[in-house]
Amino acid sequence: MVQEAQKSPLDSDLLGPIRTESLTLNMGPQHPSTHGVLRLVLEMEGENVTSCKPVIGYLHTGIEKNMEVKTYNKALTMTDRMDYLAPMSNNLGYVLAVERLLGLEIPRRCRWLRVLLAELTRIQSHLVWLGTHGLDLGAMTVFLYCFREREVILKIFEKVAGVRMMTSYFRVGGVARTPYPEFFDDCRRFLSDFPERVDEYEELLTDNPIYRRRTEGVCVFPAERALAWGVTGPSLRASGVDYDIRKKEPYTGYEEFQFEVPLGRNGDVLDRYLVRIAEMRQSHRICMQALEGMPEGPLMAADPKVVPPPKEQLAHDMEALIHHFKIFTEGYHVPAGEVYQAIESPRGELGYYVISDGSPKPYKVKVRAPSFANLFALPEFTRGALVGDMVAAIGSIDIVLGEIDR
Amino acid sequence: MADLAVMLVKVVAAFGALLLLAAYMTWAERRVFALVQVRYGPNRVGPAGLLQPIADGIKLMFKESVIPAQADKLIFVLAPLVSLVPAMAAFAVIPFGSSVTLFGRQVDLIVADVNVGVLYIFALSGIGVYGIVLGAWASNSKYPLLGGLRSAAQLISYELSLGMSLLGVVLIAGSLSLKDIVAAQAHYPFILLQPLGFLLFLVCMLAETNRSPFDLPEAESELTGGFHTEYSSMHFAMYFLAEYCSMITLSAVAATFFLGGWRGPLLPPVVWFLVKVVAFMFFFMWVRATTPRLRYDQLMGFGWKVLLPLAILNVVATAGVMAFLG
Repeated sequence: MVQEAQKSPLDSDLLGPIRTESLTLNMGPQHPSTHGVLRLVLEMEGENVTSCKPVIGYLHTGIEKNMEVKTYNKALTMTDRMDYLAPMSNNLGYVLAVERLLGLEIPRRCRWLRVLLAELTRIQSHLVWLGTHGLDLGAMTVFLYCFREREVILKIFEKVAGVRMMTSYFRVGGVARTPYPEFFDDCRRFLSDFPERVDEYEELLTDNPIYRRRTEGVCVFPAERALAWGVTGPSLRASGVDYDIRKKEPYTGYEEFQFEVPLGRNGDVLDRYLVRIAEMRQSHRICMQALEGMPEGPLMAADPKVVPPPKEQLAHDMEALIHHFKIFTEGYHVPAGEVYQAIESPRGELGYYVISDGSPKPYKVKVRAPSFANLFALPEFTRGALVGDMVAAIGSIDIVLGEIDR
Repeated sequence: MADLAVMLVKVVAAFGALLLLAAYMTWAERRVFALVQVRYGPNRVGPAGLLQPIADGIKLMFKESVIPAQADKLIFVLAPLVSLVPAMAAFAVIPFGSSVTLFGRQVDLIVADVNVGVLYIFALSGIGVYGIVLGAWASNSKYPLLGGLRSAAQLISYELSLGMSLLGVVLIAGSLSLKDIVAAQAHYPFILLQPLGFLLFLVCMLAETNRSPFDLPEAESELTGGFHTEYSSMHFAMYFLAEYCSMITLSAVAATFFLGGWRGPLLPPVVWFLVKVVAFMFFFMWVRATTPRLRYDQLMGFGWKVLLPLAILNVVATAGVMAFLG
């Protein structure tokens, strides 16, 4: 003890090699670039990230469980609230799953209308992604340009569904109501100058040397690793894997449309950006085809037990009144069975696994959320990245926390 | 006595104008952004939103200044001043007009004609970054710490190139006094002789003032505000003012070194000076509205591997030509 006290400070460990500690940084859940309430626990050496641990659950809503106590019709309204940036896609996946259980035949006009709206949703969702991704990298103006166009789409949604974001427009057996008279004109007007707008975004980013340097070779997803993690959607296609459910397992009439599936090569942030930009152009192409060739005919499936009758029939048709009453109180009975229906949401493979026990309420609805799988691939591919890269990487996988936490 | 009075008038007028200009640059920046981004910008307070800076100032003054519990309180409070004072003081050596006759005496429109004005400016802009580093360190919080580290790294990467880029002009003018440098541009502005120097200075100017695309110490989307994450109220406002003051000062330096300072036809000198400064300020805003942010390592690489060699080349070439021409 005494000796130790007499020890000169010069002999002590103070002059040994400088001791360094890694810095643990809590990125989120309140952070401008974690796209909602994602929390990342970063271990860092200086600015270099040595490990990254996503922590989720800050937006847990219990939607899956909640759907079990609601009739099929009511449960539908919960689906928009998962991926709130692509409400129509969520509706579509669920509606298709239930329709398969019911064995409903959907009229062609309705299928085409669904394709049109689903592709508008894809454009709208990609616009939010592009804007926020730009913002993350410090390019503010792209954000406002994107939101300018998104606003037009949301206005169309509002007029057609009554709500801007939580549309719940697709219903089992059809859609909530016939589109308003100028709907197709509004779509045409928006789509006519949309490609120029995309050129405008590209002008600000694609060939910008700073943007290139921030994204090229950053957070590379090698194809086989991305597949192993279950990454889907544009994030997977940027790695060169040709997997698009619209082509592989066409649903709601996608087989009738001509479009290409844009693929990347390197799987870095830049490729994910380029793939999404190209997808917007392809979506535009699909929308144009849908507008050109929109078939005439009925909009709703011909099943009075599932599809509510037109309002005016209720006044003088006893049977219609009974159906209406049954559908909105008890709900319709769905034959027992289970089904997995996957669609290509703007973020990737969105799957609905619906189990029915024959009652008017789903026994279980399990959602395969693309953001969830995409997010958990992130730690492996961001090892050794800088904080600036982390932000670019989070932006590039386009996650929506509502969908991850459900 | 009269000298002192003249001096006081100059000091008050120059710094009053600087602060006013800084305040209105925040308004101008928001308006320019709005213009680029197809929206309106501030247009509620006063005509065309012209009273917005005053409203903002009053609001910030009455806000509570939150000092984090773990912070080093003294340094935390002083650090914004360390940023603001040099940013303003650097303006002192910049001639903002030719001489005027005041109270029957010749008065030069420059607060202090220092014969090593260039060095003085570099010294002060170097000190300014201490305010950022100290504030970041004193916050005792992780995001500010990273912002402070970035700021220090940025300083050493760019200060040198900034100095070198002006050296060419100093060689041609043969003086370190800014007054003499303006005088030397009587026939043509130095931008014609020093185009490379001018471009280098423009880039370094952005880096020196932590502006986009070099706004890494703040990096809103990465570090949630960087060095000023923990700051609020007037302490925050001082950082803000410091940033705008140093932008104006460096704009003035650029105008003085490369565009002939207050020189220009027809309009009065002070107006010419203002026009040039505002043009540079517009450049700052334009760049911020259109470019993404560089990454930390890319910024250092760019500073050391591109800017510095080019700046040295510029100085050597200028000196060589000067020696050749005698």
